[in-house]
Amino acid sequence: MDLRKLKTLIDLVQQSGIAELEITEGEEKVRISRFGTSAAAGGVVTGIQPAVMPATLAPVAEATDPAESAAAPAEPEGHAVKSPMVGTFYRSSAPGAKAFVEVGQSVKTGDTVCIIEAMKLLNEIEADRDGVIKAILVENGQPVEYGQPLFVIE
Amino acid sequence: MFEKILIANRGEIALRIQRACREMGIKTVVVHSEVDAEAKYVRLADESVCIGPAPSAASYLNVPAIIAAAEVTDAEAIHPGYGFLSENADFAERVEQSGFTFIGPKAETIRMMGDKVSAKLAMKKAGVPVVPGMDGAMPEEPKEIVKLARQIGYPVIVKAAGGGGGRGMRVVHTEAALINAVHTTRAEAQAAFGNPSVYMEKYLEKPRHIEIQVIADKHRNALYLGDRDCSMQRRHQKIIEEAPAPLLNAKARARIGERCAEACRKIGYEGAGTFEFLYEDGEFYFIEMNTRLQVEHPVTEMVTGLDVVQMQIRIAAGEKLTLRQKDIVLKGHAIECRVNAEDPYKFTPSPGRITSLHMPGGPGIRVDSHAYAGYFVPPNYDSLLGKIIAYGDTREQAMARLHIALSETVIEGIRTNVPLHQELVQDTAFQRGGTSIHYLEERLAKLTRAE
Repeated sequence: MDLRKLKTLIDLVQQSGIAELEITEGEEKVRISRFGTSAAAGGVVTGIQPAVMPATLAPVAEATDPAESAAAPAEPEGHAVKSPMVGTFYRSSAPGAKAFVEVGQSVKTGDTVCIIEAMKLLNEIEADRDGVIKAILVENGQPVEYGQPLFVIE
Repeated sequence: MFEKILIANRGEIALRIQRACREMGIKTVVVHSEVDAEAKYVRLADESVCIGPAPSAASYLNVPAIIAAAEVTDAEAIHPGYGFLSENADFAERVEQSGFTFIGPKAETIRMMGDKVSAKLAMKKAGVPVVPGMDGAMPEEPKEIVKLARQIGYPVIVKAAGGGGGRGMRVVHTEAALINAVHTTRAEAQAAFGNPSVYMEKYLEKPRHIEIQVIADKHRNALYLGDRDCSMQRRHQKIIEEAPAPLLNAKARARIGERCAEACRKIGYEGAGTFEFLYEDGEFYFIEMNTRLQVEHPVTEMVTGLDVVQMQIRIAAGEKLTLRQKDIVLKGHAIECRVNAEDPYKFTPSPGRITSLHMPGGPGIRVDSHAYAGYFVPPNYDSLLGKIIAYGDTREQAMARLHIALSETVIEGIRTNVPLHQELVQDTAFQRGGTSIHYLEERLAKLTRAE
């Protein structure tokens, strides 16, 4: 695939609301995806979204504004483990302790994947499926809301 | 003053509270269920937190989720709106224990007024006239119950002590039906409120529903902000409300108003509240007190020029009431129509997507509604879509403006009770004023019989 073609594809993804684009041409395959940008620089990314960001909306078939969804991180394919409650997300049982799971780790249904703390109570959140942790979508100490995707398990 | 308030409610009142906060420069956190994620006030909030799935029990009644939401957003106070947890004393207590300010009266006040038997007793002690009935709860012995009913005089009404808002009540016209009625109401009360305690009162045949709005600060200052007439009801649910109550003389108004303000001082009431009365033959009879903001507060705001929600917030923040009773002057007349997403004559709920919406405007018209074109009215909650309020220098002008406003109102895609409101505003008896709380149902019954 030549560079010009690649550039066109990159521009296409950037200008549209597409989160991820994969093109296979014969033996060649290109995947361009937008995720990881929102966790960047400075700004506090909280799970409590200013309502403009639809990342935490329930899967109701509403037309989401493409310009807005471009701001939200694209989620990798797989099963999303969603938060069953409102609270603060922690990756380990205590500060300084080893995280429950890392990307690439295998988990079984029922394994503790994180803690969500609310009203001084620590709640262990369990994997609801067997698989491999493909992505961790929330940062340690970040507030989360009901239904917010926390992990992707493949 | 608070920097951030969490609004623990939905629909038109969430928007109303948000507007008050924004005007005061207070940031808003709106909690919502999954199906309310697209609500107007969610989009306008500084922060929003999804607290659960659609069912109220898992979301708007979910105390831990709401308090957790306040924690993670560092809200300072919680406004409960009306309905849901607004009159839940345990919630008020937990909010305060968790370090937040509950915008409303103290938990023990809510508890006292929530039990309709103790509320009546407290009012009697405070010098507020009550509906003739009994002291305390219903006796167990059928003989005693019969004796009591004879003393009160038929017809009587049996009511759930833990009920209110028109729920859990039964009228008894004859002695033969009494004991059964008591047993059935007890069973219903247990099922609906978890409390089988019932009491009995005289049933007034043709009363009007007149209520007094009060406001009290945390420094024992209390004022009454005039009255409202909410007699146009169906199954104890208000449809049209107005301020001030027509055909009520100023002296009677002042007398009952002052009794209510005095009762507030005596019981240490804090915040906004409403004393509800049945009014018959020139006499007021207390039925219950609502320890929260009411749906119909706009008509009071229109005739007094005050912002009740802002006053609630200021009081909760500890500010003193600077107004004196003589500063409260009622000017003009306001009438409110509750626009519900329901069939106007069958009253079946009509959830669904609003395909086109046009709300009225012009002089003296106020619209409090969270609806917008394209909005999906969820089936999980009550059908209140919003309120159309008309204000005029006189009751006649308010009615004329209301008629015009209703004729301009377009809500398509769902059914609404706007056609019913149009009829009622032009109804001769309504225009005369002073109709009883049974008027609407009698009129609707005539309609069905005529078909």
